[in-house]
Amino acid sequence: MKFLRNFLDKQEKHFVKGGKLEKFFPLFEAIDTFLYTPSTVTLKASHVRDSLDLKRMMLTVVVALIPATLMAFYNTGLQANLALEAVGGSSLGNWQGGLAASLGIPFDSSNILANMLLGLIYFLPIYIVTLAAGGFWEVLFAIVRKHEVNEGFFVTSLLFPLILPPTIPLWQVAIGISFGVVIGKEIYGGVGMNILNPALVSRAFLFFAYPGQISGDKVWVAVDGVSKATPLAAMADPNIPFNFSWSNAFFGTIPGSMGETSTLAILIGALILIYTGIGSWRTMLSVVIGMVGMALFFNFVGSGTNPMFAVTPAWHFVVGGFAFGTVFMATDPVTSAMTIKGKYYYGLLIGILVVLIRVVNPAFPEGMMLAILFGNITAPIIDKLVINANIKRRQLRNVV
Amino acid sequence: MFEHYLSLFVKSVFIENMALAFFLGMCTFMAISKKVDTAFGLGIAVIFVQLITVPVNNLIYTHVLQEGALAWAGLPDVDLTFLGLITYIGVIAAMVQILEMILDRFVPSLYNSLGIFLPLITVNCAILGGSLFMVERSYNFGESVVYGFGSGFGWALAIVLLAGIREKMKYSNVPKGLRGLGITFITAGLMAIAFMLFSGIQL
Repeated sequence: MKFLRNFLDKQEKHFVKGGKLEKFFPLFEAIDTFLYTPSTVTLKASHVRDSLDLKRMMLTVVVALIPATLMAFYNTGLQANLALEAVGGSSLGNWQGGLAASLGIPFDSSNILANMLLGLIYFLPIYIVTLAAGGFWEVLFAIVRKHEVNEGFFVTSLLFPLILPPTIPLWQVAIGISFGVVIGKEIYGGVGMNILNPALVSRAFLFFAYPGQISGDKVWVAVDGVSKATPLAAMADPNIPFNFSWSNAFFGTIPGSMGETSTLAILIGALILIYTGIGSWRTMLSVVIGMVGMALFFNFVGSGTNPMFAVTPAWHFVVGGFAFGTVFMATDPVTSAMTIKGKYYYGLLIGILVVLIRVVNPAFPEGMMLAILFGNITAPIIDKLVINANIKRRQLRNVV
Repeated sequence: MFEHYLSLFVKSVFIENMALAFFLGMCTFMAISKKVDTAFGLGIAVIFVQLITVPVNNLIYTHVLQEGALAWAGLPDVDLTFLGLITYIGVIAAMVQILEMILDRFVPSLYNSLGIFLPLITVNCAILGGSLFMVERSYNFGESVVYGFGSGFGWALAIVLLAGIREKMKYSNVPKGLRGLGITFITAGLMAIAFMLFSGIQL
């Protein structure tokens, strides 16, 4: 390891001011600080005595995402193999299937390892394209605008593939992440200064630009020509048979976006985030409260024509992107409300909106992503109102 | 009846938001959204103008301009709808003048911060758009009151949200070429994406 440190120290002179590769300093700095703790310390006040920096914070989120990612591998492969067995075919009809066959991976839904490897073959290209396309823009902006490449991108680039269906064309992945990184984040100045969550902006952009490849019932299972609706779509449409059990949905063996299906894996991530204090439990709690309240309200009102009115809070909790959005998206420290009271209002708003959209908006059975985007644009004003109310309260206290 | 009005209100505020679904009234939307307080004041002014002009124009339309509306005066064949645009804008201009006097007299601070954009409400497309949509969709009087209030409220909501974001954006490091209006247009576009959440709701 000493060798690597020495190597980096030797190369540094090329990248600092006056060196040959001065322009590429952000790139060098990113690699250096990724491998080693930066040795720079603050020279003047104020000193924060805490080992939690942005890097550790972002990497903790990545760690919290690992269970959901593993389930994404498993479930993507499982759904493909199940569909294959149901059809009775022997080929997935696409290059991923061909690759799996040539590697000798058996198409057997009861073989956990085979499922995971097949899922990996689907997930990895999407992840690599995300990293390459998004990373290109990150580094370009870092070089031109002379700021550092930030670890926040690791989170964005892992979140984004997890909220995509496995069959998404790779060029759309590249376009989506480019839009999210450039328009959603970099033109605002980079990590910490953006208004909307870049992964969500990417996903919303793809959703409205290419709805055929990201919604409907043909995209969730990675076998060509097989259509299988997500539980949410099946609930909304009485013509689609509903054959999912709650425990299936909870453990995540249902069709859906790759990382969103397993509520259990997401809850493990939630525990990590809450225990380390990185994700706000206030936001998560109030999103759930808003969802439960609104779902109970709709249950109470009832409707003869819309089956979504009868969906119980327990089901709302496990289907669609609800859990994933609550734990990993709504709690984004940059784009959510900053004040403690504001976090409750912000969470409630998202929870209420998501059920509202799922129930009354037939155009988007999956309302979670857009509900969080809407929450993001209201977050600044929520903060402002909370702060103003606080100022007013304290002024009243001082009236003589 | 109440349910009908409520759904019309929700529709005009969220689903057919004047600023973020139709992109009407963009000039003031961009110019007065730097500070939340001013944006809020302008929002109230727009709600007020909209709440008065849409019903008034509705009355004028149904009792004077509409084909056959002048039957009571013995002129059943007269169709004055071609006078619509000029009449609506006249009503709007008069309302804005009155509003301006009221603000100057009672809220001079808001009057000063709104500056030239207060008289410019007259030519705000959202206001005229409200009256024209009202005619096009042939709302009755009650509906036009609700629609006037709702569309104004939706516009005010949008500008206050944008102002909140722009206040937060003071801490952003926007590239030089995009500072000011450029980034505001992009932000408004992103807000419109978020507002797409409501598009397609059937009420």
